[in-house]
Amino acid sequence: MIKARVTVTLKNGVLDPQGKAIEGSLGALGFAGVDSVRQGKVFDLSINGDDAKAAEKSIAQMCEKLLANTVIENYAVEILG
Amino acid sequence: MKSTVIQFPGSNRDRDMIAALTKINGEAPNLVWHTDTEIPETDLIVVPGGFSYGDYLRSGAIAARSPVMQEIAKRAEQGVRILGVCNGFQILTEAGLLPGALMRNAGLRFVCTTVKLSVENTDTVFTNQYEKGQVIPCPVAHHDGNYFADNETLKQIEDNGQVVFRYAEGTNPNGSVNDIAGITNASGNVLGMMPHPENLIEADHGGDQGRALFASALNVMSIEAA
Repeated sequence: MIKARVTVTLKNGVLDPQGKAIEGSLGALGFAGVDSVRQGKVFDLSINGDDAKAAEKSIAQMCEKLLANTVIENYAVEILG
Repeated sequence: MKSTVIQFPGSNRDRDMIAALTKINGEAPNLVWHTDTEIPETDLIVVPGGFSYGDYLRSGAIAARSPVMQEIAKRAEQGVRILGVCNGFQILTEAGLLPGALMRNAGLRFVCTTVKLSVENTDTVFTNQYEKGQVIPCPVAHHDGNYFADNETLKQIEDNGQVVFRYAEGTNPNGSVNDIAGITNASGNVLGMMPHPENLIEADHGGDQGRALFASALNVMSIEAA
């Protein structure tokens, strides 16, 4: 079994009102020095088999087709083992 | 002309859409469930509003990958008219049938209000019964209506006249770039819009300016609401 983590983040230049709201809330809690917050999504996947390379390739396709909207989002695939 | 409404789990404006199409077209639309792989012979396919799949992952993302969408893509290619309203617009962008994406409203609030819409292009099969520059009131109700496209795409759709509806007179409720409220694909047979013309077809709605859109799309004369 291969464990993998996909991280999806908004592209640079894409407005992130939720990140902005979180940033404001952190400031209200007294955390000084937070320059900016960008929020995103994390997916943990378990893939049958033990071919990490094949799994990585397949997960990249999953990202392109569903997990990320590549108009506004970037994705990163990390094989955890 | 024959019309068809697609229904997903979580669609909730489908009934309003069925009522509008029935009243304006004189016959009820076909109803097609999202798992169906075939769509009956039709001239207009409508993807209605709602919260398909509870907006899981991204609004419209799961619905855009449902079996019926492959058939819709085929019909779009053949030139069949396709209208997506609200969640339907989100589904059509997620499916890649329209450019850009619809993001969380800039103000983070769900907006349920009436905006002013300017009809920017009347040379489309959906808007040929409006006058260019005509401003109509229209209801909106959404959380993810903030239209975004990269600069290159934006220039392309602006230059091609694909921006059909714009929020007018400072009523942009969601932060959409260039005040974009509705766009078509390059060939003009697919329209997506956030406002709800199906809720603007008789006096009891506060106006009937939505009729012209359906009348254009169905090639019928716009009949005054009774």
